Parts: sequence; structure tokens; C-alpha cells
Amino acid sequence: MTAATGHWLVLALPVLVLAFFVISARLEKRSIASFWRRNGTAVSIYLLGAVGLWAIFMIVLPQLFMVEMSFRPKLPPTQMGGPRDIYTLQNYKYFLFGSTSSTDSWNVIHLRAFAITIVASVLITLFNFAFCYPLAFYMAQVATAARVRVLLLMLIAPYWINEVLRAFALRVIFAGSGVLNRALQGMGLITEPFDFLGADVAMYVGLSYAYLLLLVFPLYNAVESLDKRQIEAARDLGAPWWHIHLFIVMPHAKPGIASGCTLVFMLTSGALAAPLVLGGPRTLWFTPIVYDRFYQAFNWPQGAAYAFILLLTCVAFVLAVLRLSRLSLGEMTK
Amino acid sequence: MTAKHVITFSTWFYLGIFFLYLFGPLAVMGVTAFNTPSYPQAFPFEAFTWHWFAVLSEDKDVLYGFTNSIKIGVLVVCLSVPLGLAGALVMQMVYSRARSLYYLVVVSPVLTPGVIIGISTVIFWRDFTTLTGMRFMYDGTVLVVLGQSSFIAAYCMLIILARLQRFDRGLQEAALDLGASHTQVFFHILLPFLRPAMLSAAVLAFLSSFENYNTTTIAILADKTLTTVLAGRVRQGSTPAISALAVVIISVTVIAAILYEVLRRRDDARKAIQLRNAATAEAMELSPA
Repeated sequence: MTAATGHWLVLALPVLVLAFFVISARLEKRSIASFWRRNGTAVSIYLLGAVGLWAIFMIVLPQLFMVEMSFRPKLPPTQMGGPRDIYTLQNYKYFLFGSTSSTDSWNVIHLRAFAITIVASVLITLFNFAFCYPLAFYMAQVATAARVRVLLLMLIAPYWINEVLRAFALRVIFAGSGVLNRALQGMGLITEPFDFLGADVAMYVGLSYAYLLLLVFPLYNAVESLDKRQIEAARDLGAPWWHIHLFIVMPHAKPGIASGCTLVFMLTSGALAAPLVLGGPRTLWFTPIVYDRFYQAFNWPQGAAYAFILLLTCVAFVLAVLRLSRLSLGEMTK
Repeated sequence: MTAKHVITFSTWFYLGIFFLYLFGPLAVMGVTAFNTPSYPQAFPFEAFTWHWFAVLSEDKDVLYGFTNSIKIGVLVVCLSVPLGLAGALVMQMVYSRARSLYYLVVVSPVLTPGVIIGISTVIFWRDFTTLTGMRFMYDGTVLVVLGQSSFIAAYCMLIILARLQRFDRGLQEAALDLGASHTQVFFHILLPFLRPAMLSAAVLAFLSSFENYNTTTIAILADKTLTTVLAGRVRQGSTPAISALAVVIISVTVIAAILYEVLRRRDDARKAIQLRNAATAEAMELSPA
């Protein structure tokens, strides 16, 4: 099969999905006509048009096109659709072996960057959870209403400062002649400035800093709905404090914990600003590599393959979290 | 010192650390915007200056990026709020079997890394515009609006859905019984009820669009927005002019957040008074004269 026919097949897929919806509607004995009658013509056209545009042209088709492109070779425009435009695994081969033909050596740099990205993202997510949980608990169960309002206001304001500026703020602190190095030198602890950027310290702090608040709000909402009397009852029955948290508060807040952690993991592993601004020349992070496939190497099919690998990892993470916490997607994204 | 004191002390200590971590870097950056050295430096504080704000106001790229970001933000609001509204309404109508698939599709952009959304948007619209001969659509601003809206519309949908779940279907039926058409019910009953949720969705959509970097930097192609100009500047080297820009952005956000909070509180107070008045009026009607 050549890639040109593949393109049309991909475009036909949404039609199949629509057919699925119509058939399942039929099976439930509901017709399109009743939908039309219930909403009126104008509103029906708006609803179907908007959801169709959004779901098909902005979500499903772009992802499908990206996946499809990842299985194609990089060719000059004149050869596209020609005999060499066939489906191939060479982009994935390159990710593993650093070459499209030989399988002698592993693509150490990219594989290591990928592994570091995943492991560091998990660790950063765990750290952020441990750091935010006490605050969320304090706001939801301990603090007075007036104080909660002040705290929320203090949290909302920095929430809207963009990632690049946050990373820059940390750069001012961690740079060679930055605030931290000057302070340490001033105290006489070090004589030469320490390269926080080259040692990746700055980047890890920046990644944690960037998405900290995305964990506070889901946690707060989840813990807040817990009845205070449950905690009091547990305390009266003699439960130690860590028992209360582990067996009462956290199980109750499970959807919030799961959604917050998933969001932070996804954002951290897909972060671009912090590695670019705070990384040193030898810093390994997967997202900048994906970016460079597009705008440095100009190898779009390869970039698509790398993006698809990252996407699959995120999907796997979401599924793992859902399985571990025994939640459904609907409960998690509330 | 009793156990209670220990708990109070450690709570305050922890809160102190948390907010120091949150605000410390921003405060240090803020100070560097007013210090004279040409490299961002917080201390020693040499002399107070507005110089870096003047430098900033003459930076053409920053100004261009700023207006472009505003333009994109407004377009994203205009696109994603209606999409989110339709998404939420359809969610309530879709039948059980298809519902989970539909939910998975429309919520998936929230859980997809922004870089991937940008990449897939660019790939799809490049091929699609070539295939259909609409090459003029392959433009940085258009792509950013489409890419950002795909996940911002999902945020809007979730906000509107939360309010929609509290909608009293009885109102709709009452209106229909009184002879209103379905279109009239939509415009005179449903939309006014959803208005507050749509307004918060609009504010959220604008802010998300304005501060977005990951999707934007890929989908913007050769054009610029404030965040991409900023990222370029930061990578070239640190200057206090960037700190000055940060100070401007932070002040605007803080003022907006406080304003929003004050307005909301005043609204709450007004509603409380209305409720009390209604209650007294009702009590007077019910009590025998």
C-alpha cells in the first residue's frame, strides 16, 4: 500500500466513527429525527457542527495524521506519493538504534534522554505531591474560611504566570553569576561559582516549580469534600495521625490525587520551557529532542514518530494510574 | 511548650517554606527589574531605576508579540467557548453506549502534552490545506488558535458541564408547555442559566491561551507571540528588561485576580441581601395581616 492511499483511508476513519454513533443510536431506539425535534433546527446544526469540527478536525484527525506520518520516510517534495513513499518502521528504528539501516549500536543519547525524562517526571510528580498535600489538607480541613480565601488568592495569582517567566526567575537565581552563587560566595561557602545549570539542578527545580500549583487545586477540592467528623471519629477511636491520612483522607481524595498527579506527570514529561531555559549544553530531556527533529533536523516524519512515542508513554501512564487507583476516566477528570 | 504549640509552629513553618518557594524566585526577579546592572542582579542593590521599563517599551518584537497574543487569545475565546458549550450539551444527550467513547475523545486533549497537540495540528493542517487547496489557511495564527482551542475547549466544556448538571429540566418543560419553541428555550432559558459558567470559561480560556508556550511555539510557524518572543530573548541571554516584562505581567495578573475576587465577594454580598429581603417579604405575605 502506498502512502497516498493511506491518507484517504485516514480521512475515511472519522466517517466510520460517525457510523458507530448512528448505529449505537439505532440500537438504543433513538433517531436523529428526535434529536432534531428536541433542539430545533438552528441549535441542532450548531451542536453537530461545533462538536464535529472540534472532535474530528481538531482532535482525532490531527492525531491520526501524526501517527500516519510517523510510519513514512522523509522524502523531498517531488518524490512524495512516488514509488519510494511506502510505509516503513525506519523512524522508530532510528529512535532505538540511531540509524535507519543498521542495528549494531543503540541510540544511547535519545534512549537515555527518554528514560531520564520518564523517571525524573515520576520523581518530580511524587515530590510535588508530598509538598502540596499538607497545604491542601490544611486549607481544606484546618484553616478558617477567611484564611482559605486569602491563601487561595495567593495561589491563584502566580498560577497565571507563564512557564517561560517562571523558568527565567529560577535562572536569575541559579545562573553562574546569579543570586544563589553570589550568596554562597559571600558567605564563603564556595570560592568558584557552582554550575547549577550544567548540573541540571536548576532544570529539576524549575520543572517542579512550574507545575506545583496544578496539584494544589485538585487536591484541595478532593480533600475539602471530606466530612470533618470522619477525621474526628477516627481520632476519638485512637487512630494515629498517619493512619488518618493514609486510610481516611487519601482514599477519599483518590480522584483528586489521581487527576492532579496525572496532569503534573503529563506536563512535566512534555515540558519544553524549563529544559530550554534552565538546561545546560549537555542536558538530556526528551521534549527538546522532539522539537529539534522538526525545526533543526527538518525531519518531520521522525519528529512525528518521537511525538507518538511520548504520547504512548503518557497514555500508558494514565492507564496505569487508572488501574492502580481503580477509577474511571470520568471520575478522574471531574 | 505543649504539643499544640509544636503543631502550630510546624504548620506556620511549613506554610512559610511553601510560599517562600512559590514567591521567592518571583520576588528576586522583580527586584532585578529595578536594579541598574545590565545583568539581572538582586543584591547588592546598586541604584533604583526605571531604565529597563523604558528599554522594554521600545522593544518592537515584544510589542508585536503582545498584540498578537491578545489577538490569538480573543480568537481562542470566540472559538473554544462555543465549542465547549456544544460539547457539554451533546454530552448530556449522547446515549450510554457512545458516551464513554465521546468522553474519551473530547477529554483526551487535556491529558495530551501540549507539544504533541502543536505537532499534530501543524502536520494535519499542512496536509489538509494542500489536499483541499486551502493553502491560505496554513498560517501561524490560524494554527495556534486551532491547536490551543482543541484543549481549551475541553476546559470550557468541563466548567460548563459542572453547571449544566445543576440545571432544572422542569424549567425547560414549563417553557415548552407554555408554548415556547425549542430554539426559544435554548436562548431564553438555557443560555442565561449557563451565563456565569460561560463567563468563567471565557476568562480561563483567555488566560490559558495568553500564557501557553508548548503548543504555541510549535504551531506559530514563522510568526511570533509574547511567549515565543520571551523564550527567544531568555535563551539569548538574561537582561533585566525580561524581569521588567515579568513585573508588568505579574502586576496585571495580581490586579486582575484581586479585582475578580472583590467583584465576586460583592456579588455574593448582594445575593445574600436579596435572599434576606425575599425571605422577609415572603414572611410578611404569609403572616396574617
